[in-house]
Amino acid sequence: MNTTANIVAEDRAPGAHQTGRDRLRSYVIGFVLAVVLTVASFAASSSSAVWGPSIPVLLGVLAIAQMGVHLVFFLHISSAPDSTNNILALAFGIFVVGLVIFGSMIIVSNLNHNMMPMDQLLQMQR
Amino acid sequence: MSITIDTATQQIALDEVPLSQRGPAPQRVVAGFGFWLFLLSDIIIFSALFAAYAVLNDQTNGGPGAIELFNKRHVFIETACLLASSFTCGMMVISVDRRSAPSTYFWALLTLLLGLAFLRLEVSEFSDMVLHGAGPSRSAFLSSFFTLVGTHGLHVTAGACWLLVMMAQVATLGFRPMVMRRMLCFSLFWHALDIVWIGVFTVVYLGAHG
Repeated sequence: MNTTANIVAEDRAPGAHQTGRDRLRSYVIGFVLAVVLTVASFAASSSSAVWGPSIPVLLGVLAIAQMGVHLVFFLHISSAPDSTNNILALAFGIFVVGLVIFGSMIIVSNLNHNMMPMDQLLQMQR
Repeated sequence: MSITIDTATQQIALDEVPLSQRGPAPQRVVAGFGFWLFLLSDIIIFSALFAAYAVLNDQTNGGPGAIELFNKRHVFIETACLLASSFTCGMMVISVDRRSAPSTYFWALLTLLLGLAFLRLEVSEFSDMVLHGAGPSRSAFLSSFFTLVGTHGLHVTAGACWLLVMMAQVATLGFRPMVMRRMLCFSLFWHALDIVWIGVFTVVYLGAHG
C-alpha cells in the first residue's frame, strides 16, 4: 500500500510544483525559455533570413509560445487537480479574447471593404 | 458495531473520494481561483484595446505612423526590465513560502526597481512622442496606441503601489496566512501583466517593423 502511495505522489501532473526546489527550478527554466523566445522575436522582426511575408506569423507563434511558457512556469497553470477550475476559466477567457479580437478585425475589414473610397465620398458631399 | 479509526486507511480512503465530493478546497486555492477570474476579466479588457489598436493601426490621418515612431532598442530594454522583474517576483514568492523576511525584502526591492525602470522608460517615450506632435489627439492610430500601452502602464503603476503595501504588511503583520495569500495574488497579477506586455511588444512594436 505504501508503494502505491509513493507512486501516486510522484506521478503528479506536469507543472504541479510542490517543493521549494521544484518551484525554483520552474522559475529558472521559465526565465531562460522566456529570454530565448523574446530575443528570437526581436531578432526575427528585422531578420532577412526569414521570408518577409511570413514574419508576422512567426512573431505570432513566438508570442503565443512565450505566453504559454509564462502560464506554465510562472503562473503554475497545470493539469493538477488543484487547478482544474483555473484551466476551465482560462479556456473560456481565451475563447472570449479570440472572439473580441478576431471578430472586430473581420467586421471592420469587411466594413472597410464595403465603404466607398474617400475621394468619391467627398465628391458626393459637394 | 464498532468503528476503528486508522489514520492511514482514512488518508487512503480520502484520496479515493472524487475531487467533487472532497469538500471545500484550501483557502489558498480558492483565493487563487477568484483572483485568476479577475485577471482573466482584466485580460478581456486588454483584448478590447488590442482589437481597437489592430483596427485603427493604419488610420494615421497623415500623421506619423508606427515605423517612424517606435525605437526597437528602447522597447527591448523595457521588455528586459519587465521580464527580469517577473523572475525576481517569482524568487520573492519562494522567499515568502520560506517565511524569510530579509530575502523577501531583497527580491521585492529588485522587483519594484525593475518595474519603476520600465515605467521611467515608458514615461520618457510618451513625453518624447507628445513633444514631437504625436500625442493621443493626433490620429486614431495614436489614440488607440496611447490607450493600450497607457492602460498597461497604469496597471504596472498599480502593481508597484500594491507591492509597497504588501511590504508594509509583511513588516507589520508578518507571514500570516492572509498576508501570504495576498503575496500569491500579487505575483499572479505581476506575471499576468508580463503576459499582456508580450502581446504589446509583438503587436504594437514588432508588428510595425515586421
